[in-house]
Amino acid sequence: MDTKRYELNVQLAQMLKGGVIMDVTNVEQAKIAEDAGAVAVMALERVPADIRAQGGVARMSDPTMIAEIKRAVSVPVMAKARIGHFVEAQVLEAMNIDYIDESEVLTPADEECHIDKTKFAIPFVCGARNLGEALRRIAEGAAMIRTKGEAGTGNVVEAVRHMRTMNREIRQLLSMPLEEVTGYAKVNGIPYEQALKVRELGRLPVVNFAAGGIATPADAALMMQLGCDGVFVGSGIFKSADPARRARAIVKATAYFRDPLKILEASMDLGEAMPGLEISAIPENQLLAGRGW
Amino acid sequence: MPFPKISYWPAGVGNDLSGVAIMIGVLDLQGDVVEHLDHLERLGVAARRVKDPSHLHNLTGLIIPGGESTCLARLLRIFGVDAAILEAYERGVKIWGTCAGAILLATQIVGEKPYLGLIDMEVERNSFGSQLDSFVATASIPRVSSEPVPLTFIRAPKIRSVGPGVEILLQMNDYIAAAETAGILATVFHPELTNNLAFHRYFSRKCGLAPGKSQPLSDPTWTPTSWTRQIRISTG
Repeated sequence: MDTKRYELNVQLAQMLKGGVIMDVTNVEQAKIAEDAGAVAVMALERVPADIRAQGGVARMSDPTMIAEIKRAVSVPVMAKARIGHFVEAQVLEAMNIDYIDESEVLTPADEECHIDKTKFAIPFVCGARNLGEALRRIAEGAAMIRTKGEAGTGNVVEAVRHMRTMNREIRQLLSMPLEEVTGYAKVNGIPYEQALKVRELGRLPVVNFAAGGIATPADAALMMQLGCDGVFVGSGIFKSADPARRARAIVKATAYFRDPLKILEASMDLGEAMPGLEISAIPENQLLAGRGW
Repeated sequence: MPFPKISYWPAGVGNDLSGVAIMIGVLDLQGDVVEHLDHLERLGVAARRVKDPSHLHNLTGLIIPGGESTCLARLLRIFGVDAAILEAYERGVKIWGTCAGAILLATQIVGEKPYLGLIDMEVERNSFGSQLDSFVATASIPRVSSEPVPLTFIRAPKIRSVGPGVEILLQMNDYIAAAETAGILATVFHPELTNNLAFHRYFSRKCGLAPGKSQPLSDPTWTPTSWTRQIRISTG
């Protein structure tokens, strides 16, 4: 991928700032999401809560379904490829979708290598739990980052942990003398050049969204106040009692994330949120955030 | 990052700060808001984010940024910002829409109802295809800049046609990329994503601000990550 193409890919993510990207599994849901003001949709066969419940191997979605959704909406369409599954990514690129999510929500295809994203013209978004993970993905060619959170739980605690960790590590990098950066980068698995870039900019060099467990307007505004540039909502919308209403409310709370009165207004009369899962109640080997490295 | 800071005020007003500052607003509901704020800052133009109808008070110009037009349109309606923008336009506030912003300003949109309808033109949303069809180009736009202007198109719309009274600023092969009336400027590309300040200077002049001739057309200190200056991680 040439530099200009990469810039354009980062810039598409810049256009999504302040917006909500919603998981959708069919054309009807995609239209509900678009009408509610989603800035993009993530086309997938099963939302993370169902993947979690049903188990088995989760793969790239049926291209027929992704193509139908692409035809039905004008907002950007994203789809997930398995970690390291560069051929799923090739297929998604051939489909001319707008963004690929190399996602831990699907079962990893490679336990050593993530996709070499520099080989693609299409942009990638990748999940991260900390600064090192985010910067390793960017070094591999990711044009956008999101927290991993813990998808399909309706529990925002892991997304908060990941965002706070990234912020803390950025602040540490900013405040240390240059001679300490080498050791810090080594210990935290941060590519050195990327560490210098973060020191120069005071944040990640690409857009960073929140993802994994966001279920309410207040969750979305919480992640925005913590410094995220926008939010992904996976199971949180279409596993709730009134998806259209909740989708609109989360869009509103994300746009007005610093305004408690407007978040309050967005939070009224939404019906039941998706059922939540306590993270400690999930067996270790079923936690998704630990996938990838 | 150092860059020249020069303040421009309307001709005749001088640098009197005791009165109401004259400034340009950037609609801050969703999209590439900080990119525009950064460009205005480089020009030394006072700017303000616009999230509520009250934020339109005393503006001479408003920029509707890029983003997703369906999302922006929905958020404009919820708190009556759309009505306030129409009112501001009636008062003489100039409005510039980039990409999604241009869609919101058009009187006709292929396949859907128009939103603000302030400039007589027909646009087709996302007219080039997917992200793989996003591209950069360069064009000569004599009225805006004496030098060629770099253009960035991201999932861009096309202006298909314009009505009487609308001037075409940039005609590409089979579509129009920039058009204007006395009160409205519409560009389907993103000057805020380049080092070029010509369009922001042009719009500032349209708003009655008087940038000096010495101001360079492009800012060599601009980089693709310059937007991050506006949203660093808080250390407070």
